[in-house]
Amino acid sequence: MTAFNLAAIDIAWLPICPLIIVGVSAMAVLLAGVRVRDDESQGLGVLTLALIALAFVFALGLLGQSGIAFAGAIAADNFAVFFELVILISAALVVLMSIDYLPAFGLSAAEYYALLLFSTFGMMLMATGGDLIVIFIGFEVMSISVYVLAGFLRRSLKSNEAALKYFVMGAFSTAFLLYGIALVYGATGTIKLGPIRAALSNPMAGNPLLLSGIGLMLVGFGFKVAAVPFHMWTPDAYEGAPTPVTAFMAVGVKLGAFAGFIRIFMVHLGPVSPDWSIVLWVIAAFTMTVGNLVALVQVNIKRMLAYSAIAHAGYILVGMTAAGSQAGGAILYYLLGYAFTNLGAFAAVIALERRGVESDLITNYRGLAVRHPGLAAAMALFLLSLTGVPPLAGFLGKFYIFSAALNAGLVWLVVIAVINSVISAYYYIAVIVAMYMREGEAVVGALGRRPAVITALAVAAIGTVLIGIYPEPYITGALHAFNSAFGAALPRTASILP
Amino acid sequence: MPLWLFVFLAALAVLAALGVVLQRNPVHCLMALVVVLLDLAVMFIGLGAVTVGFLQAIVYVGAIMVLFLFVIWLLNLQTEERRVAGSIGLRFFGAVGAAALVAELCVFVVKAPSTAGLSHVPPTFGSIGAIAEALFTDYLIAFEATSLLLLVAVIGAVALARRATASRTRSPVPVSPAVHEQIGARQ
Repeated sequence: MTAFNLAAIDIAWLPICPLIIVGVSAMAVLLAGVRVRDDESQGLGVLTLALIALAFVFALGLLGQSGIAFAGAIAADNFAVFFELVILISAALVVLMSIDYLPAFGLSAAEYYALLLFSTFGMMLMATGGDLIVIFIGFEVMSISVYVLAGFLRRSLKSNEAALKYFVMGAFSTAFLLYGIALVYGATGTIKLGPIRAALSNPMAGNPLLLSGIGLMLVGFGFKVAAVPFHMWTPDAYEGAPTPVTAFMAVGVKLGAFAGFIRIFMVHLGPVSPDWSIVLWVIAAFTMTVGNLVALVQVNIKRMLAYSAIAHAGYILVGMTAAGSQAGGAILYYLLGYAFTNLGAFAAVIALERRGVESDLITNYRGLAVRHPGLAAAMALFLLSLTGVPPLAGFLGKFYIFSAALNAGLVWLVVIAVINSVISAYYYIAVIVAMYMREGEAVVGALGRRPAVITALAVAAIGTVLIGIYPEPYITGALHAFNSAFGAALPRTASILP
Repeated sequence: MPLWLFVFLAALAVLAALGVVLQRNPVHCLMALVVVLLDLAVMFIGLGAVTVGFLQAIVYVGAIMVLFLFVIWLLNLQTEERRVAGSIGLRFFGAVGAAALVAELCVFVVKAPSTAGLSHVPPTFGSIGAIAEALFTDYLIAFEATSLLLLVAVIGAVALARRATASRTRSPVPVSPAVHEQIGARQ
């Protein structure tokens, strides 16, 4: 046996700096929280926030670098850094929502913040992973943390149900993903994404091992992004989980999963895209349609937002089906706007929540505009952005994705998507009608008057408006992030910018 | 590995496997299964696959068997030992599955390809040193991230399983008076 050749280890600290900060922060928060009482845990939340801000600064510093390190296991390119930044913003907003939620609902804060940071770490690792194993481990770190977070309201049966359903279905989907990775490894002889792409350039189409592997990976990611028909767990898990965790599931988990999904499928499985894009086409169409149709009949706002999250996954899948660098940039912009909008909507839900009261029914929002005009206006803003009303972020996100899909010739898919957008207006605007046009006794809990929740609402509202009315830096940034990371590998498509 | 040792180990494995199937007490079955797996581990090591042998012992005997024991212990399966043995359907499908496996093995033994055309791997292939070198160079990030994954699992398990008392709060109500008053919620 020879001694290790230590010089052969390609260690670069800088590209993994944000990851290290978040991982170490999670452990630090856990240790710092040992002596913190659960009813006085606000300080721990502020500490978490500061650590996330530190990681954000370091991630910003990575912009514009190639970031390939650890022999290709880490690819902190602009695409990854863009996702890291959005994930960190989402995590920060979720912490803001949690600071007062945890003591009010009696959740143990040290473990909560630690697991929140761990799942953030997992999402960032998924975005940064340059080989299938690293992406898979990121997937698992993210998932296991969120399974536990979903069950944090331990005395609530619904929370237990949410955690158990999410865990069992999630573990099942993980097996699919892992099996798919194993088969792709078997077919191509490598787990590193770059060499996989190179191996696929040789005529491999129709190789059953490769096709089965791609199909199984599609199922694994489909579960995590809540695509139909793998969406069954979503409404129950979203409804039962503590609301800040639901917000994190709807935004953070989706960001992480789509980061891995896009990197693997749109970019590195691109050479065999004829094999899987038709499947994605069908999944996208069903995801949009089922999500929107079932959302119409929901009476609980968390369930409604869960189906809305399914529908939005469908819109993003439209962009993935379109392929090409323009569609990639459009998806990044869409996810940025979606993060602010959806987190804002959940922050508004939290503002109305009271412990021990069934406060998530849409009927509880009646008359909110009279009693709390500011909160009602913010909620209306987020719902309009989710609908896709100009000039908010949600509108331009859909516009760019649909343009890219039209350029790629997916006329029918875009027709289905537009019809779905119209359907979605019905249930989003139903909540606005309840708030503005119905008489009612909407009660805002103490959480709605706490500075942290109000800050989260304000930041989300400003983000939603700003990204919508002044989109140039964000859409060009998103396009640049995608192009500088993968542009050379993808066919050039017509520009989506007017 | 000398032939007599292989024959001895093989016979022991078959005997222990019969013990897994024929005994009635689930804990005894499990112990027989442990013997089978350890026996296989020794065979692997004897055939030169040292790492596989150790992994067999660590993963199957150390982790999976302990998990089985915990499940038996938690569900208290000993009381149900008689009922399980009586199921006709179980026996039928068990027999069909076993017959299929025997047929498959026979085909493999008869049609086994000659080893002449296979290339030889270097003697260090699959050794613990070679695996360690791969783990700590090419797969360093994956290895370190896995350690974090295990930590997450431990923290998560403890967070969920911890006794649901109002621990770490001084007051019986797990909410600070100020917040509690403002929320005005039923406890």
